[in-house]
Amino acid sequence: MSDQVETQKHPRPLSPHIQIYRWTLTMVLSILHRATGVALYAGTALLAGWLLAAASGEEAYAVVQSISTAWYGRLVLFGYSWALFHHMFGGLRHFIWDTGRGFDLRHVEIIARVTAFVPPVLTIVVWVLAYSYLGAF
Amino acid sequence: MSDMRTPLSRARGLGSAKKGTHHFWMQRVTALANIPLTLFLVGALVVHAGADYATMTAFLGNPLVGVVMLLLIVSAIYHMRLGLQVVIEDYIHGEASKLLALIANNFFALTIGVACCVAVLKLVTAQ
Repeated sequence: MSDQVETQKHPRPLSPHIQIYRWTLTMVLSILHRATGVALYAGTALLAGWLLAAASGEEAYAVVQSISTAWYGRLVLFGYSWALFHHMFGGLRHFIWDTGRGFDLRHVEIIARVTAFVPPVLTIVVWVLAYSYLGAF
Repeated sequence: MSDMRTPLSRARGLGSAKKGTHHFWMQRVTALANIPLTLFLVGALVVHAGADYATMTAFLGNPLVGVVMLLLIVSAIYHMRLGLQVVIEDYIHGEASKLLALIANNFFALTIGVACCVAVLKLVTAQ
C-alpha cells in the first residue's frame, strides 16, 4: 500500500508513447497489421453468415445477397478485401524478417513501401476483375 | 538444474508454460497456409461475381472446393485465435478480465469455425 501512495505522490516517468514520436511508415504499418488482423477476426463472422445462408437455402441467401450488393455491403467487402491483402503482405514482410534478412534501414523502407502500396493496387485489380465478371463492362 | 521459479509461481500455473515457441510456430505455419487458401477464396468470389444461388451452391458443393474451404476455415480460424490472444495479452492487464477475454476468444473462434464447417459440409453433402 505504501508503495501505491508513494507512486501517486511521485508518479514514475512513463516512456514516450505514439503521440510523442514523429509518425513513420513502418509505425503505421505495424499498427495497421494489428488493426487489419482484428478486423479480419470480426470479418470471419461475415464469412460464416454467408456460408450458413448458402447452406440454409435460397431465401436466406437472397437476404445476404441484398446486403452484400447494397452500397454499404460493397463498402464493407471492399474494406474486407483490402484488409486481407494488407495483412497478407504484412505477414510476408514478417516472413522475410523471420529468415533474419531485411533488417537494415534501406530494406526496411523498401519493404515498407511495398507493403503499403501493393495491397491497395491488388484490391482495386480484384474489384475491377469482379465487376468485369459481373458484366459491368 | 535449479528451478528459477518460486513454488507459489509454479502452483499458480501462470508465467511461462513452455508454449511460446509452439504459439509462434503455429502462427507462421497457419499464415503460410492462409496465403494460397485465401487467394483461392478471393479468386472464386471474383469469378462468381453476380452468380445466382444455384451456380454458387453448385460450386461450393463440389467436394474438392469443400476440402479447400474446410482447410481455409481451420487454418484461418486457428491463425486468428492465436493472433487475438496476443492482442488480448498485450492490452488487457487485469487478471480476471484477461482470462475472460482469452476464453471468449476461444469460444468465438470455435463457434465461427464450427458454423463455417457445418455450412460447408451441408453444401457438399447436398450435391
